[in-house]
Amino acid sequence: MTTHYLVLSALLFAIGAIGVLTRRNAIVVFMCVELMLNACNLAFVTFARQHGNLDGQLIAFFVMVVAAAEVVIGLAIIVMIFRTRRSASVDDASLLKY
Amino acid sequence: MESPAEIIPHSGGVIGVSWLMIALPLIGAAVLLLGGRRTDRWGHLLGVAMSLASFVVAVASFMELLGLDPEQRRRAYELYQFIPGVADMGILIDPLSISFALLITGVGSLIHIYSIGYMSHDPDRRRFFAYLNLFVAAMLLLVLSDNYVGLFIGWEGVGLASYLLIGFWQFKPSAAVAAKKAFIVNRVGDFGLLIAIFTVWTTFGSVAFGEVFGKAGEASQNTLTAIGLLLLLGACGKSAQLPLQSWLLDAMEGPTPVSALIHAATMVTAGVYLVVRSGAFFEAAPTAQLVVTIVGVATLLAGAIIGCAKDDIKKGLAGSTMSQIGYMMLGAGLGPVGYTFAIAHLITHGFFKANMFLGAGSVMHGMNDEVDMRKYGGLFPVMRITAITFIIGYLAIIGFPLLSGYFTKDGIIETAIEHNAILGWLAVVGAGITGFYMSRMVFMTFFGKRRWADDAHPHESPAVMTVPLIILSIGSIFLGGFLVLDNRFMQFLAPAVGRPEELPVFHFVSPAGLATLALVAVGAVFAWFRYGAAEVPRVAPRGSFLTTFARRDLYGDALNEALFMRPGQWLTRIAVFFDNRGIDGLVNGLAAAIGGTSGRLRRVQTGYVRSYALSILFGAAVVVGALLYVGNM
Amino acid sequence: MPWLSTLMAVPVVGAVGVSLVKSDKLAKQLALAVSLVVLALTGVMAARFDPALGASKETRFQFAEVYDWIPRFGVHYGVGVDGIALVLIALSAILVPIVILASWHDADGTGAAAPPKRSVKTYFALLLVLEAMMIGVFAATDVFLFYVFFEAMLIPMYFMIGSYGGAQRSYAAVKFLLYSLFGGLLMLVAVIALYVIAEKNTFMFPELIGVIQDPTTQKWLFLGFFIAFAVKAPLWPFHTWLPDAAAQAPAGAAVLLVGVLDKVGTYGMLRFCLELFPDAAKFFTPLVIVLSVIGIVYGAIVAIGQTDMKRLIAYTSISHFGFIALGVFAMTTDAGAGATLYMVNHGFSTGALFLIAGFLIYRRGSSQIADYGGVQKVAPLLAGTFLIAGLSGLSLPGLSTFVSEFMVLLGTYERYVVPAVIATTGVILAAVYILWMYQRTMNGPTAEAVKGLPDLNIRERWVVGPLIAVIIALGFFPKPALDIINPAVDHTLSNVHIDNVHVNPAVAEKKGAGQ
Repeated sequence: MTTHYLVLSALLFAIGAIGVLTRRNAIVVFMCVELMLNACNLAFVTFARQHGNLDGQLIAFFVMVVAAAEVVIGLAIIVMIFRTRRSASVDDASLLKY
Repeated sequence: MESPAEIIPHSGGVIGVSWLMIALPLIGAAVLLLGGRRTDRWGHLLGVAMSLASFVVAVASFMELLGLDPEQRRRAYELYQFIPGVADMGILIDPLSISFALLITGVGSLIHIYSIGYMSHDPDRRRFFAYLNLFVAAMLLLVLSDNYVGLFIGWEGVGLASYLLIGFWQFKPSAAVAAKKAFIVNRVGDFGLLIAIFTVWTTFGSVAFGEVFGKAGEASQNTLTAIGLLLLLGACGKSAQLPLQSWLLDAMEGPTPVSALIHAATMVTAGVYLVVRSGAFFEAAPTAQLVVTIVGVATLLAGAIIGCAKDDIKKGLAGSTMSQIGYMMLGAGLGPVGYTFAIAHLITHGFFKANMFLGAGSVMHGMNDEVDMRKYGGLFPVMRITAITFIIGYLAIIGFPLLSGYFTKDGIIETAIEHNAILGWLAVVGAGITGFYMSRMVFMTFFGKRRWADDAHPHESPAVMTVPLIILSIGSIFLGGFLVLDNRFMQFLAPAVGRPEELPVFHFVSPAGLATLALVAVGAVFAWFRYGAAEVPRVAPRGSFLTTFARRDLYGDALNEALFMRPGQWLTRIAVFFDNRGIDGLVNGLAAAIGGTSGRLRRVQTGYVRSYALSILFGAAVVVGALLYVGNM
Repeated sequence: MPWLSTLMAVPVVGAVGVSLVKSDKLAKQLALAVSLVVLALTGVMAARFDPALGASKETRFQFAEVYDWIPRFGVHYGVGVDGIALVLIALSAILVPIVILASWHDADGTGAAAPPKRSVKTYFALLLVLEAMMIGVFAATDVFLFYVFFEAMLIPMYFMIGSYGGAQRSYAAVKFLLYSLFGGLLMLVAVIALYVIAEKNTFMFPELIGVIQDPTTQKWLFLGFFIAFAVKAPLWPFHTWLPDAAAQAPAGAAVLLVGVLDKVGTYGMLRFCLELFPDAAKFFTPLVIVLSVIGIVYGAIVAIGQTDMKRLIAYTSISHFGFIALGVFAMTTDAGAGATLYMVNHGFSTGALFLIAGFLIYRRGSSQIADYGGVQKVAPLLAGTFLIAGLSGLSLPGLSTFVSEFMVLLGTYERYVVPAVIATTGVILAAVYILWMYQRTMNGPTAEAVKGLPDLNIRERWVVGPLIAVIIALGFFPKPALDIINPAVDHTLSNVHIDNVHVNPAVAEKKGAGQ
């Protein structure tokens, strides 16, 4: 009964993951990360429903709060990078390497 | 045969303070070395005083020893514990050691006095006397010690003094090289002596003479032979016997008094002392004894042959020293009778060889330090005292009847013939060669035409140098007869080395004695025709194969170089290369490999978010997979 | 009075003081004064030491102090000395003031071709800290505490090489640190395993003796300790860090490195490897003896081929460490006592060699042998003392090293004839490397660049004088030192359970059989 929700969650997660791996635009990558987080939220809620307790619901709220905080910092970083480098591509910001 | 007397503990009397013999010159050396330039003015006098004081103590101890009953004449006492449980510092005064002590301090003091004149122009004269005193102290420790460890300390101490004195003019590269060579070759001998001491220790549980000699017979034949051969190796190093002879000729780089004292009269005879002192081992090991005599004969011939070809007066004398020590070594391998003659020859040789070396020094002193005999000639009229004393020494060494060498050398030869005819007659041949090369030396130096360098103004040396020459030459005349006739010396030494069942009688006319005299006469006459009557060229002619052979020291150095030096150098180079490239290369290689791997590995940090994300994904997949796998189990 | 803690505390406090004072000169003087106080305290302590107590198990470690440190794991602050530790502490206490005096200008950057000036105060503070640790490592009776000191000692030395050394200093310092850490970590594993397997809930050394019985366990733990000590000592083939470190370190640090720090390796073998794992020690004895003998001959041969004075001296030390390890593992009283005395004597003789070579290098600015020649003519005192130090390096009788080398060889010969004979060839090789170096640097015509070099000044005479005095005094009268060492070595060997630690003469045996 809940299988469909889980399949949907998995699909969303996969789409998000592929997006993170393939897209260059920082904003899109960021949105894909959000998509993965929300796919997880969906799975949590589904499992909460399936097991008949509130744990999953609770964690979903936690995830949302963390995601919100992350968006604040993440977007700020992206804006800063865009300002200094005139580019929103994640590949350009590869200075922190060996 | 009667065995040596027991060693008796002693206290009191002059013998009780006989350690002063060692201490006094040691103090002299310390004062002169620590005092530095402040002692320059009176340093040589202090050196002589200390040596003379030591001689006085030796004479007093000798007198006290003579006052004792012959069987009581081996006295030993402990100075202090050296290595607890292993060895103590102790003094042994017995006829053997006191004979050496008298020779060392007596001849040593004369040479000290002579050196005042000989070294008078050297700015480092004080240092020279410090080293001489150090030598006397070490040499006395060697002969007076009552155990092998103390002996070894003295043994190396004289090696050090010899090193310092050969290299005294260290700014000359040849002197520095010769000093180093002497020390290293001696170390080869010391290696043998050390192992011998270890073997004595593990076999008898002691290194004290008093304890080990009495038990010598109880050890196995193989052990005793090993001890004997190892001691002989040590003796060969110190006494310049084959195959460790090569250093002695180079050692003539040192000032002439050094050659007289160390490389003729005393230090080089330490090997003979060692063999005679350890007689108990050798008598119980006939094989080792035989090897001693063979080494002795081989060296006496080799030294004589080398002596024939040298134009350098000191090297000629050095060859002669080798040869004479060969005689002593031969005697030392022949049991108690041989010991007596060996030590008697050692003492008379100490006199006449020191006499001749100092004479040679006197000649050099007057000839601007020229050593080449081809630039001498006709010196007799200008330095009569030197010439006469030298000639007395010469007559003594060739065994001219009734002079010192005649009695002692003949004694060795006669005893040798009794033991082993071949070796004995070879020694006779050696005596003949001695007659030739010594006559050659005398004729080239004092007679014939003057072949001096243009700026040479030969003159007689001052009294401080000639008086020691005169005293030594008196000893060269009478000492041999005094010691040998009536078996005086044999009776005296008997408590220390044992007494043969029947005492030898000295025959003034014997086949071997006559043969020796005849051969010596032939040699001398031959030398007269070659070098006395005929013109001696100022530049050495090329000479025959044999001459070259002798001139090159029988290719001893070439052999050492081919066998040890060159392979040694290669080994060193290979070892250094192996260390740098092999072991260190391995270590540094390991470090480089780790460094290289991490260098590659860090390339994973590309800086691209995507690649990190991929690795996270991959990691997550692995974790999930693992969980599933575990969950399904 | 807590003697040993005081001995460690004084230099630490002194080091703090040295780093706080204003002027460099004052720092040096303070450091010297502190080290002299430590020396005086050590002297008093040594005078109060009673060698006879060494025979009993309870009173073996004197001046003992034991406090809990980490009670949960049975770690103690436990210190105490027996004869072996005492002489090594005395060695450290004597060497440090000498080294401080010798290093007076080493950090100033004033010598010819010296490295640039660095913090003088730090250098002398490091020296004092190092002294405290050297005393601690020999005094520790708790295995864990020993390990802590063993590793902590590296740090001051690392900085002394790395910041005050020669041109290749950072390579040498890193190599030294990595090598030692590698060995140290193996030892840490063994220390922990020892604690766990012993199940005594203590790291106290006396309580761990004889606890490990299983032979296989013993072997593994032995290896853990032994490799650490073999790197430290260093034994062949773990030696290549030493020439680099010793050649790059300033002369004073090189003296402490080779003279004292490396002795921790051989000391550890004697104390821990032998007593904690007697069966394994016996099992590995042939291997160690082979390594030692190779080291003796190999070190000497490689030393002959060196062109750099300090590297040459370092290689001679490798040869000497072979002798020490040989003496330790020969397991006879003579060899063991000889090896302990060797550790002390080698500290003095190599110390003198390094320091005098250091004076020479300070003047001329090169450690290449080929850059010298004929120094004897211009600086006779320097040459003379160098010769004496060199002669003690070749174990000339009358100098202290002879006594120890003789005892090691004699003691080894009692049990292992062939290795002793091969090791004795080291005597010949030693003459070659020392005298050849001396000839090339001091003899012959005076080299242009050497002309006008000053002879030893007053300060340098005070450095060399005491060293040579000790070398000669112990050479003729080693009894005081041996009287302290012998009971301790006997006790150590009794814990290894071997027969025949004393010589067993063949002839006396025969006599006994005949009766």
